[in-house]
Amino acid sequence: MSIIVIYTIVTLSLIGATAAIILYFVAQKFKVFEDPRIDEVEGALPGANCGGCGFAGCRAFAEACVKASDLGDLNCPVGGNDTMASVATTLGLEAVKKDPRVAFIRCNGTCDNRPKTSSFDGASTCSIASSVYSGETDCQFGCLGYGDCVDACDFDAIDLRAEMGVPLILDDKCVACGACVDACPKNLIELRKKMPKDRKIVVACRNTDKGGVARKACSVACIGCGKCEKVCAFDAITIENNLAFIDSDKCKLCRKCAPVCPTNSILELNFPPRKVKPEPELETKEN
Amino acid sequence: MSSRLLTVSPSPHVHSSESTQKIMYRVVYAMIPALAWSVFVFGWDALRVTLIAVAACIAIEYLIQKYLLKVSPTVSDGSALITGILLAFNVPANLPWWIIIIGAIAAMGIGKLSFGGIGNNVFNPALVGRVFLLISFPVHMTSWPVNHQAGIDAITAATPLGLLKEGIKNGTPISDIAGLPHLNDMLLGNIGGSLGEISAILLIFGGIYMLWKKVITWQVPVSIILTVAIISGIFWMINPEVYVNPAYHLLTGGLMLGAVFMATDMVTSPMTGKAQVIYGIGIGIITISIRMFGAYPEGISFAILIMNAVTPLLNYYIKPKRFGGK
Amino acid sequence: MLKTFKLGGVHPPENKLSKNQKIETLALPKSVFIPVAMHIGAPATPLVKKGDKVKVGQVIAQSSSFVSTNIHSSVSGTVKKVDFSADSSGYPKQGIFIDVEGDEWMDEIDRTTDLVKEISVDGAEIVKRIQDAGIVGLGGATFPTHVKLVPPKGMKAELLLINGVECEPYLTADHRLMLEKADEIMVGIQLLMKAMNVDKAVIGIENNKPDAIQLLKEKCKTCPGVSVVALKVQYPQGGEKQLINAVTGREVPSGALPIAVGAVVSNVGTAFAVYEAIQKNKPLFERVVTVTGKGVLKPSNFLVRIGTPTSELVEAAGGLPDDTGKIISGGPMMGKAIPSLDVPVTKGTSGILLMREEESKRKEVLNCIRCSRCTSVCPMGLEPYLLMTLGEKQIFDRAEQERVMDCIECGSCSYTCPSNRPLLDYIRFGKGKVGAIIRSRKK
Repeated sequence: MSIIVIYTIVTLSLIGATAAIILYFVAQKFKVFEDPRIDEVEGALPGANCGGCGFAGCRAFAEACVKASDLGDLNCPVGGNDTMASVATTLGLEAVKKDPRVAFIRCNGTCDNRPKTSSFDGASTCSIASSVYSGETDCQFGCLGYGDCVDACDFDAIDLRAEMGVPLILDDKCVACGACVDACPKNLIELRKKMPKDRKIVVACRNTDKGGVARKACSVACIGCGKCEKVCAFDAITIENNLAFIDSDKCKLCRKCAPVCPTNSILELNFPPRKVKPEPELETKEN
Repeated sequence: MSSRLLTVSPSPHVHSSESTQKIMYRVVYAMIPALAWSVFVFGWDALRVTLIAVAACIAIEYLIQKYLLKVSPTVSDGSALITGILLAFNVPANLPWWIIIIGAIAAMGIGKLSFGGIGNNVFNPALVGRVFLLISFPVHMTSWPVNHQAGIDAITAATPLGLLKEGIKNGTPISDIAGLPHLNDMLLGNIGGSLGEISAILLIFGGIYMLWKKVITWQVPVSIILTVAIISGIFWMINPEVYVNPAYHLLTGGLMLGAVFMATDMVTSPMTGKAQVIYGIGIGIITISIRMFGAYPEGISFAILIMNAVTPLLNYYIKPKRFGGK
Repeated sequence: MLKTFKLGGVHPPENKLSKNQKIETLALPKSVFIPVAMHIGAPATPLVKKGDKVKVGQVIAQSSSFVSTNIHSSVSGTVKKVDFSADSSGYPKQGIFIDVEGDEWMDEIDRTTDLVKEISVDGAEIVKRIQDAGIVGLGGATFPTHVKLVPPKGMKAELLLINGVECEPYLTADHRLMLEKADEIMVGIQLLMKAMNVDKAVIGIENNKPDAIQLLKEKCKTCPGVSVVALKVQYPQGGEKQLINAVTGREVPSGALPIAVGAVVSNVGTAFAVYEAIQKNKPLFERVVTVTGKGVLKPSNFLVRIGTPTSELVEAAGGLPDDTGKIISGGPMMGKAIPSLDVPVTKGTSGILLMREEESKRKEVLNCIRCSRCTSVCPMGLEPYLLMTLGEKQIFDRAEQERVMDCIECGSCSYTCPSNRPLLDYIRFGKGKVGAIIRSRKK
């Protein structure tokens, strides 16, 4: 009986040893050299694999960083300046500071503000609904509310409540990876500069119809009247195609524009209430 | 115009009257003759087993979906009902109630809901339950009740396949095996066995009804039956003393039940006709191999489960004929 | 044994409610909106401006490239404005608004109903006049007809197929046209044959229109080279590729045009329009539209001027029923649901279908049970269940491999799915994305 045991042990050991030798040579033959710094850089990254940097995942971004001679064009929006600084130290390069950004949905066409004129009944995604027709309301630019952006967000930073009709971006969770920007078939989402205390002054509208048409479709549509443009002291507001746009890089949060807007399409978010009269949108859009 | 909003949706704007529920209920109707026969043969025990199995399957699906998965229960679609009846069809009529419930838990919990419920399961849930029971409770699962209709000198506690397997193990030639039923009895169902598998003819009727109602396609049952017939026929011609007449293989055990009701399960069988034929041939070969050379007297449950696992592969490689060539 | 196409197909309830209603000429509307893009290809360029007086049949927008076509005024009156207005998709499209004043036709149009049989022009001239007359495929695809008649280099047409199938449920416009304008259609077919330089034409008609088959067979006796084939009723037989397959047995290769198998398909309505354009000098500014639906008081077939608002048609058919839940421009299988009654009739509008509230909502979507019905009904031999998943999960490279671009969007898969899954919604989405990927690859 013991002879069987010995035979078994010997054969198995021989097989094992042969396999090990083969494996060793194969590993030698097919060895791929990889810059060890790629691993280091990847370690410094958040590992979200969100694609916000424009590369297919953190590893690809790390490879790009190692190859690059200058980090100016490379930015990890999730990690922000701290991450980029540690990447820069790893690689011995200089970090370029970038303003942190946050996503914002430029539509305030909630169920109250924008009446429905038809009802969509199909696969409930924005991309399919928008390929069928302009949407359930008379505003062909506005949010469809099926939440393609919510599905695209890897960070649970977008909250879609059915009773609102328009999703809400949670500023503290948003990392400005830009996935929602690409997902929105109506191009409503913009990455804006992150201001102190998440304060924002934005035109929550993308409607380029003429004033009357826009106003009829939605009570808080921008009608392109240009009052805000005149009142802005910093040239931050431009009017194009009947639509105002506030450049977040130029805006100084002076709050002059919001009160002059006849349709309340300019939102002031996360400010202390005004002494005279608070904006009605303040409550609905506040986090 | 009234204040009601017009609906806008992508085409098509009409839908056939077909529904999942209708398909499921047609399968149930197809099983009724075989069920009625088993009640006639085994007495109220058969009904007891069926009712327990159905109630258990429906209850387990409902409870798991409602409290564990927290989704809206889908018991009304009729698929749990089918699983219950099929599970009952696959067990002896004298099985204790608690074993049936364990089988139902295995069928619904492991076989179906762990994959995500109807449509997502890889294996036929009723067969998962049956095989689970067969392996866990081999004695209970192979102690068949007496067939009241077959008379006193007929088989008492063994199926024809069991007798054959015994004969092969002992080296007894087929002609000396005592108690093998007559072919007519097997066709009509005057034999012992699991609840629903005994009457080949009624199962075939059910299959014809399902074919007529387009619930199943002919490819799966026909290819299984032909494969079994051809392989067993070849062996029988080589040596009829060791290998039994193909008719025995076709009419005994769960072959008809498996070929008509279990292998044709939409969820776990391939999509295209060509793939279904390969799937059927696979089931036939594995079944006959287990029956002739394996340890178990019956092999169709294992065969179907094995081929269920191959189904995704068949779906991947075998494509329907495209319009306009390659 | 009747001929039909070989793969898949469904047979929805026909509901041809208006098949015995003679074509009536609809009263002139008060104003029309004529979009400049009613065809596949580049939109036409408007030639008129606000305040211009126009006559019926006058060119008001000029074709801007080869794959494009002229637009003619369907009414006489004053141009109110050239502006954008929501089309059937709700998105604004450029078009010409005209206020109707009287009914003054261009002088060269022959308004008599006499049949002109004599063909006095040659093939090239026919193609040119078809192009000038703004004729597009009237079956619904609206592809400019003159483009089809000129085969690409190295290809030769052998056969003209006339599509009298009308496989969409409810619609009867082509059926009525075949019954009432059979002689004109036969001349139109001869004109098309001459333009293409072929000596054989086949009219395919489904067997649910025995009167039309009989009548056209009768007419064929005096037209050498033209014959009628009765086809088994099967949707989507009116699809170009399916019709070619049903009649000739040939299969148009994946990604190719019908000309690859030597066939050109035209609708009976197109043949009639060609007759009018060449023999009567009358450009395409009116067409037959079926107005129908289970709740409609008076299902009808109307001869309608292009640009007439849908509401006028509905009014003429007995008004909008109270329980209307959905309005479809076209048939129930491939038509487009429209969000309002202001949408105008265009060259591609074959019908207006009013669906009742209870018919217009989709049923609850359940899990796929892999019954493979979608695969078995797909006329292109695709696997809709797989393509839907690939669209849903946005796996476009695999969708391309699985030939999502072959999908003809007939809707048989969604129609037949017992779990009410929106198969075509996702497949169409995937098809759009894959199409964009392919186009960007070519650049």
